[in-house]
Amino acid sequence: MKLVKFTKKGIYCIPGKFYLDPWLPVDYAIISHGHADHARNGMKYYLCQTDSKTILKHRLGADIQIESLNYNEPKTVNGVQVSFHPAGHVIGSAQIRLEYKGFVVVFTGDYKVKNDHLTVPFEPIKCHEFITESTFGLPIYNWLSEAQLQQQMHDWVLKNQSHNRTSVFLGYSLGKAQRIMKLMEGVDKMYVHSAIHNLNRAIEGSGILLPQTHLLNYDFKKEDLQNKIIIMPPGLLGSKLLKKIPNAATAICSGWMQIRGNRRWQAVDAGFAVSDHADWNGLMSAVKATEAEKVYVTHGSQATFSKYLNEIGIPSAEVKTEYGAEDDDKELEKKEAS
Amino acid sequence: MKHFSELISAIEITNKTNSKIDALVDYLKAAPEKDKLWIITLFTGKRPSRPVKTSLMRQWCMEITGYPEWLFLESYSSVGDLGETIALMLPDPTHHIEKPLSVWMEELIALRPKSDLEKKDYVLNAWSGLEMQERLIFNKLIGGSFRIGVSKKTLVNALSKYSGIDANRLMHSIIGNWDINSISFDDLIQGEHINYDNSKPYPFCLAYALEKELPELGDPEDWQVEYKWDGIRGQIVKRNDEIFIWSRGEELVTSQFPELVSAMETFKENFVIDGEILALKDNAVLLFNDLQKRLNRKNVSKKMLEEIPVGFYVYDILEWNGQDIRTQPMTYRRETLETLLASQTLPNHILISEIITFNEWSELDAIRNKARDFNSEGLMLKQKNSPYHTGRKKGDWWKWKVDPLTIDAVMIYAQKGSGRRSSKYTDYTFAVKKDDGLVTVAKAYSGLTDVEITEISRFVNKNAIEKFGPVRTVKPELVFEIAFEGIALSNRHKSGVALRFPRILRWRRDKTVDEIDTIEQVKQLITNPT
Repeated sequence: MKLVKFTKKGIYCIPGKFYLDPWLPVDYAIISHGHADHARNGMKYYLCQTDSKTILKHRLGADIQIESLNYNEPKTVNGVQVSFHPAGHVIGSAQIRLEYKGFVVVFTGDYKVKNDHLTVPFEPIKCHEFITESTFGLPIYNWLSEAQLQQQMHDWVLKNQSHNRTSVFLGYSLGKAQRIMKLMEGVDKMYVHSAIHNLNRAIEGSGILLPQTHLLNYDFKKEDLQNKIIIMPPGLLGSKLLKKIPNAATAICSGWMQIRGNRRWQAVDAGFAVSDHADWNGLMSAVKATEAEKVYVTHGSQATFSKYLNEIGIPSAEVKTEYGAEDDDKELEKKEAS
Repeated sequence: MKHFSELISAIEITNKTNSKIDALVDYLKAAPEKDKLWIITLFTGKRPSRPVKTSLMRQWCMEITGYPEWLFLESYSSVGDLGETIALMLPDPTHHIEKPLSVWMEELIALRPKSDLEKKDYVLNAWSGLEMQERLIFNKLIGGSFRIGVSKKTLVNALSKYSGIDANRLMHSIIGNWDINSISFDDLIQGEHINYDNSKPYPFCLAYALEKELPELGDPEDWQVEYKWDGIRGQIVKRNDEIFIWSRGEELVTSQFPELVSAMETFKENFVIDGEILALKDNAVLLFNDLQKRLNRKNVSKKMLEEIPVGFYVYDILEWNGQDIRTQPMTYRRETLETLLASQTLPNHILISEIITFNEWSELDAIRNKARDFNSEGLMLKQKNSPYHTGRKKGDWWKWKVDPLTIDAVMIYAQKGSGRRSSKYTDYTFAVKKDDGLVTVAKAYSGLTDVEITEISRFVNKNAIEKFGPVRTVKPELVFEIAFEGIALSNRHKSGVALRFPRILRWRRDKTVDEIDTIEQVKQLITNPT
C-alpha cells in the first residue's frame, strides 16, 4: 500500500490529500511542531497539536486558518484517520500517525526519547512504515542523563559565580530555552531575552506552567544581572547586547557540542550537549519499537543511518527533505531578536 | 584524573591565551607535586612513547560496540580525532576509577613491554571506569597530541605567573636536562639544574611593514638594505662554551638544529647573534614549507638532517665577549659581526646576510621583484645608525615584501580539518579551466575567516556529491583568489605546474566559474622555466 509519497512540496498523503510539514505552500498542512523548518508560512489550512497552536499563531500570524487536536484524539480527513502522539521534542511537538484501511504510517517530525520533565514524553507507536529524523544518527552521539547534564551546568554556574561572572546560556527560543529554564530552575534568578520571553507567554497561553523568569530589558542595570543566569537565542552570539552583559561567561547548548571541535569552533566559554533530538541509542530504540516493515530516514545523517538499518535487517531508505536547517531557525531567531 | 580532565576542558574551550594561563595556574595551585612535573613533561613534548597501538584501540572499540568498520570510520571522519571517537562511542562507565595523573602515567609506562592481551585488559578496564571526557584524556595520554594550543611559551608564562620566576629563565629550566624521578618541582622551576646566566636572551628588534614612499626615507646612503627571509628568526647565544638557540617566540629550540650548534662550537669567542634559521640545500634557500618539516620533532633523524639541512643567515650581533653592544650604531655592529665571522673559516651553512648595493631608491623595486626567484620574501631596510631596539619600534627598520602572485580558481573538493577545525570543511582543492573542463592547481586551507568557513561548510553540506568518507566533491561554483609565492613547471602535477605556498587571499563572491583563469594564463606567470 502506498499511503504517502515524497514530493517537491513535502510529504504527501495520497488518499488524504494533505501534506505533512510541507516546505512549499499547500491547501492543507498537518504540522508536527512549531520550528521554522517544519511549520512554514503560506499554508491555506493548518492542523496541529493543541499546545502548538498558540506557538504557530505567534510565529506565523494570528490570522492563519488553524485547527488543533489533543494527543491521541483522532480526526478523519478524506477517509484517513489522523492523530497526534507525543514526540518529546519541544512543547506541543507530535508524531503524526496516519491510518488508512488498516495500514499505518508514522511521521516523527523531530523527537527526543529521554524525558525532560517539560514536554509530554515520547510514546513509541507500532506502524507499517516509519518516517524518522536522523539529526544525530551517528553512534558518537549519546547524551548524558538529565541529572548528569544538570549537574554539569549547575557546577558551571557556581564556578562562574565564584569568579564573579554572569552565566549566559545560548539556546533556540523554542524548545532549548525552556529546557535550560527547567534545568536551571532554582539555581539563581533567570533573565531571558525578549524573543524567548514572548514565546514563553505564547506557551503559557496553552495553560502550560514554565519556570519563573524575568525579561531582559535593553536598559538593564549591570548590578542586577551580575552573577545571575541569562538565556538568549544563539543568533545573539557576538552581539552588542551580549557584550554589554557584565563579566559574561557564555555557553552554547546544543547536541553538536558533544564534539570537541564544535565546542572549540565558537569563541565561547563552555558547550553543553543539551539536545531536543534523540541520540543514537534513542533513534535505534524508537525504530525498533515501531516494528515497522520499512523505515524512511529524513534530515540528518540519513545516508549513514539508513545504511546501518539495512545492514541490521531493517529495510530502510533515505529521503531528501527540506528539514533540519537549524539555520532557518537562526534566521527566525535573528528576526525575533531584532 | 578528574582535576586534570577539568584543566583540559578549560584549556581547550578557550582561544584566549590568558584564560589558558589562568586555568594552568589554578591547576598548579591544587595539583600534587608529581602531577605538576607531569604537566610540564606532557606540555613540553617529552611524553613517553606510545604503549598501545591505535589499530588495537580501534579494534577493541569495534569489538565492544559491535559496530561495523565503515560506521566507525564514518564517525571518525565526523569527529576528526581517533581517541575522541572511541571515547564517544563506548558505552557508559560501569564503575569509577580515580587516580592522580602521575599514577596513570607510571602505569602507562609500565604497560609498554606487556603482551597485547595484558594491554587489552588494562585499557578495557580503564574505559569502563572513566567518564566520557576522562576516557578521552586517557586515550590522549596513551598517545597522540592534545592539540589544545598550549605552547611551551604558554606553559612557561603560567609557571611564571604561579611562581613569580622570570619566564625565559623558566624556559631554560624546563627545556634543560632533568629527570622526573630525581628532581622536585621547586628545584626544577628554581632552575637548580641550570645556569641561566649562560642562556639569557635579549628581546628581538622587530620591523614594521614599509608604509611610505622610498624617497621619503631620505638619503639612500643612510640605509642598509638586505634580503628578507622567510624562516625562523633566531637568536644564538654562546657563553662559556654553552650554546642556546632562541626562537622569536621566546622558545628554546636548540635541540632542533644540531647542525647550527656544531657550527657554533667551532668559535672561541662568546657572543649573541641574531639571524634567520633557513632550510638550505646546495647553497639555495628552500621554502618555509620545507623548513616546517624539521620543526617540533622530538628527535631529528639523520635522514631529516640530510633531506632538509638547516643553515643560519646572520643579521646582527648583540653581545660580543660579554659586552652588550645593542646601543652601538648598526654600522659598528656590522663591522663587529664581519670581524667575528672572518675570524675563522665558516662552514657553508653559516652566512652573513648580504648587503645589497644600490645608488638610487628607484633601483630597489626591480631588485625586490626578483627576490622571489631565490625564495626571499623581499627586502629589509635598516637605518645605518640605528641601535638594536627592544621589540617593535617605528622608523629605523622597515620590511618591504614582494607582492604575491594571484589567480582566480574555483573550489572543487573540500575536506574537514582537524582539531578545532574538525567540525568544518576547512581544507580545499582549487581548479582552473583547461580546455572544456577543469584541472586541479592548488590545495589551500588558510586565509578565510571563521564566518566564511562556516558559510562554505554549509555550501559543501548542501552541494556535496559523496555521502561517505572525509572528502567531498562539490559543484564548481565558489570562486577564490589564490595567492602564492612562486610557480614552476612540474610533471608530478596533472596541471603541469606547482604553486609554492598557496593560500586563499579572498573569496570572490563577485565572480562566477566562467570568469576563473585558464591553465594557460596560469603558466604565463612562470618567469624562469627550469
